[in-house]
Amino acid sequence: MNLNILHEKKVDGGELLTISGELDAYTAPKLKETILPLVDVERASVTLDLKDTDYMDSTGIGVIIAAYKQSCKRNGTLVVQNLTPRVSRLFDITGLSEIITIDDIKKEETT
Amino acid sequence: MIETSDTIELTVPAKADYIGVIRLTTSGIANRMGFSYDDIEDIKVAVSEAATNAVNHAYKGEQGGVISIRMTTFADRMEIMVMDTGRSFDFEHMAKNMKPLDPSAAFEDLSEGGLGLYLIDTLMDRVSINNDSGVAVYMTKFLQRDEVELHDDRLYESFDRPVGG
Repeated sequence: MNLNILHEKKVDGGELLTISGELDAYTAPKLKETILPLVDVERASVTLDLKDTDYMDSTGIGVIIAAYKQSCKRNGTLVVQNLTPRVSRLFDITGLSEIITIDDIKKEETT
Repeated sequence: MIETSDTIELTVPAKADYIGVIRLTTSGIANRMGFSYDDIEDIKVAVSEAATNAVNHAYKGEQGGVISIRMTTFADRMEIMVMDTGRSFDFEHMAKNMKPLDPSAAFEDLSEGGLGLYLIDTLMDRVSINNDSGVAVYMTKFLQRDEVELHDDRLYESFDRPVGG
């Protein structure tokens, strides 16, 4: 029941956060602390990779919405990539998939 | 015929630290009952949402609060109750706001919370909430969904969606 966040710089200068483990009310504050300063930069490009996120609930969705709002405010971009079928289902049910940009790894590799 | 059932009870401090323990216990029991992988994942989210509500709303940072979870296993279903003895939240208000995000909303207006009850209602087959003293969320997941009419018992009619083609 842990959450690990790997923070890397992409070749294009964007920030890449790879989230592994379980994202719930206990671990979501850790992601919030990491991602909010990154999106709170003018025109920041932040990518959230969720391929190893085994579990997510509405608290994780809440953090992503908070990051998305801040990113919009600062004219940045926030992309979420590599959703597992479970997380993808959660994004669909909550309507988040119609709001934020979702990418997959193939597209990511060719850019 | 008398229905046989087993009951498992768990009481944990009302802290986010223990939501994972609740989730793990619930998923272990659901797995033992023979639920599918997807159903187990639905149950995990629903029970975590109910526990998160208790942690966030019931005690508002007060020390010493607890969350009680009672799981009852039947041949055809699992019933889960998540209860706290903290302050009741305004359920009518929350139920009215129980809906997915609005993609047409301006980004400033997107809500970062409030999806928990909506998810519980969407993921479980039968949900009821009692908030006389504290809040008790009752949820049921059936082992064979085909046997129940989908969405026949939603909290609010307006959340019904057409089933099938």
